[in-house]
Amino acid sequence: MTTPTTGGGLLLVLTVLLPVVGVLLGLVVGGRHAQRVALVTLLLGLAIAVALTGQLMHSGEAVVYVLGGWSPPLGVALRADGISIVMILAVAVVVAFIAIYACGNFGTPAGVREARRPVMFWLLLLAITGSLNLVFVSGDVFTLYVALELLTFAAVPLVSLDGRAETLQAALRYLLYALLGSMLYLLGIFLLYGAYGTLDIALLAQRIQPETLAWAAAALMTAGLLAKTALFPLHLWLPPAHAGAPAAASAVLSALVIKGAWFLVVRLWFDVFAGVVAPRSMQLLAAMGAAAILIGNVVALQQARLKLLIAYSTVAQIGYLFLMFPLAAGLNAAQLDSAAAVSGGMLQAISHATAKAAMFMAAGLIYVTLGHDRVADLRGVGRALPMTLVAFALGGASLIGLPPSGGFFAKWLLLSAALASMQWWWVAVMIAGGLLTSAYVFMVVVRALQPAEPDWKPRTRVPRYQQGVVLALAVCSFLLGVVAWCPDVTRIGRPGLSVVEAR
Amino acid sequence: MTLALDSALALLFLGLATWTIFARETFASVAGFLPYGLLLTAVWLRLAAIDVAMTEAAIGAGLTGVLLVGAAARLRSTEAAAAAERPRVLTRLLAAIVSIAVAGVVAVCVLLLPPSAPTLAPEVVANIAATGVGNPITAVLLSFRAMDTLLEAVVLLFALIGVWSLAPDRAWGGRPGPAPVSDPNGTLTYLARVLPPIGIVVAVYILWVGADDPGGKFQGATILAAMWLLVLMAGLADAPPVSGRGLRTGLIIGPAIFIAIGCLGAVTAGAFLAYPQGHAKLWIIVIEVALMPSLAITLVLLLVGAPQRAMT
Amino acid sequence: MTSTTFFGLCAAALVGLGCYGLIVNAQLLRKLLAFNLIGHGVFLVCAIIAHRGAADGLGGDPVPQALLITAIVVAFAASALAVALILRLFEETGSASLTRSDGLAKSDTAEQEH
Repeated sequence: MTTPTTGGGLLLVLTVLLPVVGVLLGLVVGGRHAQRVALVTLLLGLAIAVALTGQLMHSGEAVVYVLGGWSPPLGVALRADGISIVMILAVAVVVAFIAIYACGNFGTPAGVREARRPVMFWLLLLAITGSLNLVFVSGDVFTLYVALELLTFAAVPLVSLDGRAETLQAALRYLLYALLGSMLYLLGIFLLYGAYGTLDIALLAQRIQPETLAWAAAALMTAGLLAKTALFPLHLWLPPAHAGAPAAASAVLSALVIKGAWFLVVRLWFDVFAGVVAPRSMQLLAAMGAAAILIGNVVALQQARLKLLIAYSTVAQIGYLFLMFPLAAGLNAAQLDSAAAVSGGMLQAISHATAKAAMFMAAGLIYVTLGHDRVADLRGVGRALPMTLVAFALGGASLIGLPPSGGFFAKWLLLSAALASMQWWWVAVMIAGGLLTSAYVFMVVVRALQPAEPDWKPRTRVPRYQQGVVLALAVCSFLLGVVAWCPDVTRIGRPGLSVVEAR
Repeated sequence: MTLALDSALALLFLGLATWTIFARETFASVAGFLPYGLLLTAVWLRLAAIDVAMTEAAIGAGLTGVLLVGAAARLRSTEAAAAAERPRVLTRLLAAIVSIAVAGVVAVCVLLLPPSAPTLAPEVVANIAATGVGNPITAVLLSFRAMDTLLEAVVLLFALIGVWSLAPDRAWGGRPGPAPVSDPNGTLTYLARVLPPIGIVVAVYILWVGADDPGGKFQGATILAAMWLLVLMAGLADAPPVSGRGLRTGLIIGPAIFIAIGCLGAVTAGAFLAYPQGHAKLWIIVIEVALMPSLAITLVLLLVGAPQRAMT
Repeated sequence: MTSTTFFGLCAAALVGLGCYGLIVNAQLLRKLLAFNLIGHGVFLVCAIIAHRGAADGLGGDPVPQALLITAIVVAFAASALAVALILRLFEETGSASLTRSDGLAKSDTAEQEH
């Protein structure tokens, strides 16, 4: 049985290898040229992502590439359907914004040939981009394991980039959780191979049987991935890690890196284990998500530091991403509703990515201006950084779910799926989450709008372009709801679902 | 008879594993790790996984053991504080429950494996002629699943970048490790003078023979790395500065050539990482020869760690 | 009991031992050792799957064996990164354990360059 390579498949290889080549080149040229290499590579990556989206919509089916000419089960195939390419595009766009923002903080000082922090940041940023793309396009579960490890090795050093003791501890905690997660995932892969003789996702989906071994493999792999995506109660590593990293790094980590593991859970549960997981397990997953939403938001309200508040907000928003599971396999299992839940989940992921990146970058600018990020003493920010405060508010609006933001439309889709499948309890959780989120967003904005002391001056002037970039990204996240009028790309290539114009 | 052998092996390595967990001193625990790794190598041999046994002996037990022993030696001063941090009985009890549960899950899964094991061995044997190599593991690593091997080389590089990012700012671009101290008449110095040429020959042999028999570039690279480490430890040479352009080029040249050959395959043989008909073995050899030095450099640099001495 | 089943149970024991060590030990280097033990347990499961797949004149299924080689190398890279982090933490603080308290509480009062 051969899997054919479809047109445009080479683009899949490029999305993964272009950033890798960028890292190799950047390592050799070093110094301030590494930054230029990174910017050019990320720009090319954005172009490739757009080209891939065009290819997907043109052909109307998943893009497949068989590596080395050897078809699965012997060889490895890359496969990108609608949800993959939507994520690739989102990563490319958000990383581009973060890269422009980071030019202000990670430039090599004049007179120095090479400084550690800048060159490491740019190389690690490229590394994360390549690894995430591999997670999205790989069609083989073992290549996905290697992709997860690549992602971990690229993300952990970003946490400790500043070198302070607490960031080193946070990085170690993150590394231990991530490695344990990888080991559980690897064990699951081996059990699947031992039972079904293949590592290819499409072949596994065909061969898998609802038996104990498959269920055990699913449980192990999911547990490992949940540790990596910091779903409650395995979220303890996330707040210190994301709050301790430099602002641009926090943006990448919170917005993009944790989505990698979540995407894998989606891929596995919907494609490989579709016949194996019971509805009860979906409810369990969503219950942990609900706990994350409620507890994460409540703890966020109590935080004294802005970056920790935003980090706990991430813990909460991850919970929304897991509500889509029981909704997609709803009690009525009507096809259109399950498609709505999947689209809702993907849109939630993307709008959170854009909003959270904007909020972390805004927090970074606030820190630089005030010299601290204590939530209680934010007065004066409104006057000193008007664009940034608007950006923070817009990002917060997307997290709360106000129209026309992407968050609104995503929650709309999830809510309609919940109502259609009569799972009322998730509706209550989403509403409660929205209320709690609005509480701390308003708290931050109101405090920042208070006028400062008469003789207060900003500690450092922040360049205009940084404020502009943060505002632009926040506006994107706020206007993401317009995708309601675009064709629903996430349904392309999904088995059993045809391409349907949304609404 | 075989069960008796297996039981003896299992008893030994499980005993050593228990020692590494329960030993009081960290250094003693790490010291138990090395023989445990070598016994694990024996288990791989018992399970007819010869290439894996070589990799385990080289990297799993060997290099990891060196890494951990070096770290334990540097962390000796934390022993006193660590001894004071004995965990509570409740923690031990909870940990025991969790461990037994997890071990139980794994045991049940092992027992549930289907009696007629699915295998890809027939497919490998059927297709190995097209790859030009005789060793089925090399065929899988460098032809059927070449992407995984490429990504593995990249993983090592990313880990090295991560390790380098941990250098203190003042020492950036400098040399890793402490300054070399050499004892001209010591045994270590003698070995460091005599062994490297032999090691290089053995490494090249293992690389060459890996095409058709157990061996290959990882094992060869580890031997090269070991020889360089020997020289460093004896103080006969100093670690190179990480800002050196030659060093960095050496690091990336292996993966770069691998990617270039992959692109060549995309152009001439129809798919990325495919090889032109009839010339597969040639390109595989080129990749292995290009990767081995880069791998060796990466392995050594991963072991010696982040730069600590600024360039003067 | 065949040798593969026997070693499979040994693998389970290794994973259990590693889990225990990971949870109980406070020192990071011991946690890393325990993690390596878990890894070896998982690798042993793969090796017995490979051995069960012996066919067509080969002593074992080459695909899982190749996966094992990759996994061993990746585990080494992980250990190297972890050791570098532990040593750096030791240089900064003089301790090599994860303290229970959230270290970020100290930064509330300290104001550092970001």
